[in-house]
Amino acid sequence: MPPRPFTPKVLTANALLEGDVVWLDADGEWTRRMEEAALIEDEASAELHLLDAHARAHEVVGPYLAEARRGSHGPEPTHFREAFRTRGPSNYPHGKQEGQ
Amino acid sequence: MYRYSEFDESFVRSRVAQFRAQVERRIDGSLTEDEFKPLRLMNGLYLQLHAYMLRVAIPYGTLDSRQMRQLALIADRWDKGYGHFTTRQNIQFNWPKLADVPDMLEALADVGMHAIQTSGNTIRNVTADHFAGAAAGEVADPRPVAELIRQWSTDHPEFQFLPRKFKVAVTGHPDDRAVTAAHDIGLRLVERDGQIGATVLAGGGLGRTPMIGKVLADFVPLADLLPYLEAVVAVYNLLGRRDNKYKARIKITVHENGIEEIRAQVEAEFVDRKRLFSGVDQAMLAAITTQFAPPAFEAEAEGDYETWRAVDPVFRAFTDTNVTPHRQPGYAILTVSLKAHGATPGDATSDQMRLLADLAERYAHDELRISHEQNVILPHLPKRHLKAVHDALLAAGLATANVGLVSDIIACPGMDYCALATARSIPVAQGIALRFEELRLEHEIGPLKIKISGCINACGHHHVGHIGILGLDRAGVENYQITLGGDGGPDAVIGERTGPGFAYDQIIPAVERILRAYLALREGPGETFLDAYRRLGMEPFKAALYDTEETDGARADAA
Ligand code: HEM
Ligand code: SF4
Repeated sequence: MPPRPFTPKVLTANALLEGDVVWLDADGEWTRRMEEAALIEDEASAELHLLDAHARAHEVVGPYLAEARRGSHGPEPTHFREAFRTRGPSNYPHGKQEGQ
Repeated sequence: MYRYSEFDESFVRSRVAQFRAQVERRIDGSLTEDEFKPLRLMNGLYLQLHAYMLRVAIPYGTLDSRQMRQLALIADRWDKGYGHFTTRQNIQFNWPKLADVPDMLEALADVGMHAIQTSGNTIRNVTADHFAGAAAGEVADPRPVAELIRQWSTDHPEFQFLPRKFKVAVTGHPDDRAVTAAHDIGLRLVERDGQIGATVLAGGGLGRTPMIGKVLADFVPLADLLPYLEAVVAVYNLLGRRDNKYKARIKITVHENGIEEIRAQVEAEFVDRKRLFSGVDQAMLAAITTQFAPPAFEAEAEGDYETWRAVDPVFRAFTDTNVTPHRQPGYAILTVSLKAHGATPGDATSDQMRLLADLAERYAHDELRISHEQNVILPHLPKRHLKAVHDALLAAGLATANVGLVSDIIACPGMDYCALATARSIPVAQGIALRFEELRLEHEIGPLKIKISGCINACGHHHVGHIGILGLDRAGVENYQITLGGDGGPDAVIGERTGPGFAYDQIIPAVERILRAYLALREGPGETFLDAYRRLGMEPFKAALYDTEETDGARADAA
């Protein structure tokens, strides 16, 4: 099988202190809004970003690359799990959707 | 009521201090996540989808009012004003901040509670019937036996490195409310010729490979129980597979070797083990039993209970569904439903917790229980107080008369919280409850257990639901498989899959079709869903589920 073409991704994790979801933005900072995340479109920089995030263990927990696509306001999730992570639980208006 | 000994108290305090230092070192960067993760898990701290989660143990599901009030205080001060009671008789707080967790643990220790998780491949926390010591028809209180096993297995040098974790459940009542057949070992206390002993089941479990435990011994007298259990665990320790994590539980050992072979080896081993027991265990059991002594029951507890039932239909409906007969005349076991229609199963706000604490203290010998069905119980309530308790519950939105009915659903946290989930469970439970409330069909349908898990780990016990629902991720969309005919009681059965799963927006109509088919096919209101399923088999329900046009989409999804 030929290698699968690389699909766009965002780098995401949970913040160490708060535990909430964060994404890596283009300046290398953690943002709490997925629209502000950097969309990573090549494999080499994806791997580098992941290595870098693992080295920032005093800031975040469990970094990984999540599938994403380009939307009108910035990166958007392609899978429902990642969509839930941008909002919060569906049974209460808690998490990110609080005050949105 | 059982209390931790002073040794336990100082142990818990030193663990909190230790964990406080570990959290500090994680925050200042001297511990990596790889180093910290096993430490936080041992202290009940998980990282979920949106936040950390703290899981607090409630041994034998038993609490007093002071402990319940402290849980409310923790919910208010460090969480979002509520807690989630789980099928493992724990409470989970869904929104703690890392730096606050040591203070939360300190607050728990103040009332003799902790979040320490037994971990590793050892004998885990022993569970027991939530009506223990209260239910009419109980053969013996299972908690002393459960506690004896806990004390014996804690730090047992031979059993610290078993092939896999090992869970024991004990019931002392013929209505098995502890789901003993779904545990590595299940004990059912029975009486034979005036002597108490246990029927021993082995090899049950849910999760990836669900199995019902098989009877290993019909009757083991209490005096022989520990040496017998030691023999079982020793045989498992030797035969259990260590090459594959998914084949290491005793359910696979029993499945691969056969129950007869296991029994023969256990009996041979038992002879040697029995000689080594000097009777200390029986002295321990006697001492533990006094700690579980019943409260001082009132002689005239009935009062005008029947009069109130006769004049107040709402009260009568409530007591019809939520009261279980107590062994003491004039007393009731009251189950307070945490399943108001549309609410999250198992959630209680801090105000509700405080009210329950007040009611327990004022009326019910200061005792509360948490059931694995995610409800709260007043196990020893004089009937003369039931009316006042009902009035107070009504005002707090806690008087839902649905225990054991369609809307009394067990649901795991699923993808609303759990990082392992493949689909959501909570909104499915909410949707089913609201739909049947709208149809006003729930009392007509009668006894029914719906259980929902958000992944194959089966925390929601879906395999033993009369209707089980398993949420999966099929090609990037939520898809729900249905099983029918499961049962966690004395004649436990694993449910059977109906066929292809249903999309998120199709699962509630699917459940409705099953139950409408049941209403049409049953012999009368006396025939429960489970009885009807056993008589009719899968076919008519399958037809109701799949022989309709709307399901074409669902079929295509699951192909
Ligand atoms: C949200 C965090 C949770 C995580 C990460 C989690 C994880 C797991 C995992 C991995 C297993 C399978 C263990 C094995 O078979 O080796 C399991 C089993 C189980 N969980 Fe959970 N769980 C969570 C929440 C819950 C909750 C809230 C409940 C109660 C409502 C629960 C009740 C159970 C039960 C009863 C089992 C045992 C099934 C069996 O052994 O056959 N879990 N859990
Ligand atoms: S069954 Fe799966 S989704 Fe549900 S709580 Fe357990 S691990 Fe999480």
